[in-house]
Amino acid sequence: MKTELTVNGVSRDLDLDPRVTLLDALRHHLHMTGTKKGCDHGQCGACTVLVNGRRINSCLTLAVMHEGDQVETVESLGSPEAPNPLQEAFISCDGFQCGYCTPGQLMSATAMLEEAKEGWPSHVSESLSNPGTLSDAEIAERMSGNLCRCSAYPGIRQAIARTQGDAGGKS
Amino acid sequence: MNDRFKMDEAQPRLLDSTGQGIIGTEMDRPDGRLKVCGAAPYAAEFAADRMAHGVLVRATVSKGRVLALNDESIREMPGFLGLFHDGTMLRNSAQGMAGEAPVQPGLRVDYHGQSVAVVVAETFEQARDAAQQLAVRFEAAEEVEVDPETAEAIELDEDSSEQFGDLEAAMAEAVHTVDSVYTTPGHVSAAMEPHASLAEWHEGNLSLHGSYQMLRFNKKELADSLGVDADRVRILAPFVGGGFGSKLGIGAEAVAAAVAARELDRPVRVVMARQQVFDCVLRRTETRQRLRLAADEDGRLSGVGHEDRISQLPEESFGEPTATATHFMYGGKNRLYRKEIARIHRTPSGSVRAPGEAVGMLGLEGAMDELAEVCGIDPVELRLRNIPDTHPETGKPYSSRSLAECLKQGASQFGWENRPAAGSRREGQWYIGCGVASAARSNSLVRADARVTLSADGAIVETDLTDIGTGSYAILTQIAAEMLGLPASKVTTRLGDTDLPGASGSGGSFGAGSTGSAVFLAAKKIRARLAEKLGCDVDSLTLKDGVARGGNVEKPLRDLCVEPICEEAGITAGKLGDDYEQASFGAHFAEVAVHADSGEVRVRRMLGVFAAGRILNVKTARSQCIGGMVWGIGSALMEELGHDPRTGHIITRDLANYHIASNADVPLIDVHFIEERDDQSNPIQSKAIGELSISGAGAAVVNAIYNACGVRIRAFPATPDKVVAGLEALGL
Repeated sequence: MKTELTVNGVSRDLDLDPRVTLLDALRHHLHMTGTKKGCDHGQCGACTVLVNGRRINSCLTLAVMHEGDQVETVESLGSPEAPNPLQEAFISCDGFQCGYCTPGQLMSATAMLEEAKEGWPSHVSESLSNPGTLSDAEIAERMSGNLCRCSAYPGIRQAIARTQGDAGGKS
Repeated sequence: MNDRFKMDEAQPRLLDSTGQGIIGTEMDRPDGRLKVCGAAPYAAEFAADRMAHGVLVRATVSKGRVLALNDESIREMPGFLGLFHDGTMLRNSAQGMAGEAPVQPGLRVDYHGQSVAVVVAETFEQARDAAQQLAVRFEAAEEVEVDPETAEAIELDEDSSEQFGDLEAAMAEAVHTVDSVYTTPGHVSAAMEPHASLAEWHEGNLSLHGSYQMLRFNKKELADSLGVDADRVRILAPFVGGGFGSKLGIGAEAVAAAVAARELDRPVRVVMARQQVFDCVLRRTETRQRLRLAADEDGRLSGVGHEDRISQLPEESFGEPTATATHFMYGGKNRLYRKEIARIHRTPSGSVRAPGEAVGMLGLEGAMDELAEVCGIDPVELRLRNIPDTHPETGKPYSSRSLAECLKQGASQFGWENRPAAGSRREGQWYIGCGVASAARSNSLVRADARVTLSADGAIVETDLTDIGTGSYAILTQIAAEMLGLPASKVTTRLGDTDLPGASGSGGSFGAGSTGSAVFLAAKKIRARLAEKLGCDVDSLTLKDGVARGGNVEKPLRDLCVEPICEEAGITAGKLGDDYEQASFGAHFAEVAVHADSGEVRVRRMLGVFAAGRILNVKTARSQCIGGMVWGIGSALMEELGHDPRTGHIITRDLANYHIASNADVPLIDVHFIEERDDQSNPIQSKAIGELSISGAGAAVVNAIYNACGVRIRAFPATPDKVVAGLEALGL
């Protein structure tokens, strides 16, 4: 099936088997392997990308369902030569070890900070409006859909806390 | 390499007198920028022209045979290229450091989930569909034992069963005793990157992009599995998305990809689905452990007993060394060990992070907590009283051991003296309590070679060691930079390629000490050549920021290596490994809240204090320790492999059903290191760290549950149902 996606601001025309997930379209067809496959069942978060600004598990959705959608992946954040502030913070806080879950963590955090800015509450929010500056417990709750078996969780949260306000803006 | 350095005598602490000042620092990972940008390529991310995709097919009986397996049902499917199931398929991943093929059972099935074939098609979707539609007929054995508790095939592991003195008499005479049974369920590594291999053949030579921990061994295992000469096999693994033991030995997907690629004469990639990783990669065995402790009125041990039952497939060699740490942790002259292996048809067991200590110390450190309770002695003090002068069984000295310092410093930093009496502190519906446990992990040195080249542009470090997240890129860069007086930005470290000198591999916490020493020794040879060129004695040579000084001469380093200086060095274990008991030590402290109604346990804070010889990079070392402690939380509260009681089949075969700790389960964790040098371990005076911090961690959490509410959990994990049952039994 012919599908047009906009990935990181660039329009891409694809002709795909309808069984191809958005994740595999990125990895196998567009050769953008920054987005990772950890479980293929929406259980680990390694494949998190933004679709029209919202974070989703790209393994749980078919590419052909995204005709005309705006997709953002880790490749949009920064480059090895010029990482963005959130990526820099992940490095200095050692918010990863093997690095495999990291792109998903970064995309999830990027969207999560926007959600908080827009006043979305979480399970641990004391108020249903305006969570304000996120506490460690808030960040932990909002980032619990992204597993990290190396268990760099404290570093991940410190990196996100350090970047609050900037919302992981592009470099 | 013929002149490997043998660790027969202590070496000067050269890294304490070099001038660059990069060793031990919090240097960021040099591979970090690639990783945070998604630009670090893992095994499944390499591609090749004309690449085909393979999907594994599993057995759905626990014991039996494949009766009919042919492509009749799928050969007309779009894109189908081939079905391969010849005698080379692996029953399971090789055990760590096997260096030879694991069992290749042909048509025999030994457990539910064993890979029996691979289906290859033009695309992943086509291959997956065909693999699912493939009709396979099995013959199932009528009787099959899958439960270690009821199995009749129980083998006594004589090598692991021994006694010193008379434990029964010591128990009878002791003032205080503990006699408890602890159980731990099966665990899996669950590395985030599923096992993946891309195989390509060129003129009889195989190149495999794989996700493996120990390439020097994996190359031989793969070659042996395929019946080709090892010189014809090259494995590349520059980035590995976590290992934790699961990628120690060559796995089913590598051999399947290689066989299919050879037959089809085109590159083939096989990636395991997450469920297949659970099914056919080695698990950590469940254990049943009987702990007996005998002590005098002051809590001094006169006897220690640690008996265990583990499980394994018939004829598979590995046996979880549950009592490893019990042998050397605490004193007491009467000691007894007995190990039983239940031979059952479940996914075979193997190494998962800290085989032995990870589960053995849940039993031992839980029993020590019980002993503290019956003796009326503080659990930290009880441990301090029982630290032996020398190994309680062999009499060997410890190479270095800062256990007492870790316990004392940890108690002070944690505020241990404010610990409430058991069950006395409550905040709303939550009981609050604190627990402690010792940590220990054996240290070893494994043969490793490395090459260092110094040129006017800087230095290049080359070895086939892997970085599975441990920080190999960082610490090897730091060792070379420190030895050669270069900023880290002038050192490039190349890893994960079997064409490079053979390393120890990443396993058993020996990668940094072993391969780090090989890099150190190669750089040391370069230092000698630089001294010669400068015309000074090597002992007076200082190298810093690219400048060499010695004998009143100063020259830019680049002037001394216009012709690149290349040196290789290697190391092997020596006499000191036999003469000294070598292990790293530490102490865990945890504070938990236990919900009075739901039994939910929350870890509120956790502190680990560790001593592991020289810390090569405090940032990556801290991350390793945090990781291990989080695994401790997982083993204490949630990790549990479940098996179908009829078939042994793993039923928790994905990340929704096998629960690992997530962000919300983990507090911000404090880690501190005690300054230590171990002159007996290796020439860089470091010790094992990667697995140290899981060892004992879960016991601190469960001991804290007892302190919080008086419920003693001996059947791991401490899930809410067990806690609630314990509270009810106490009338709470």
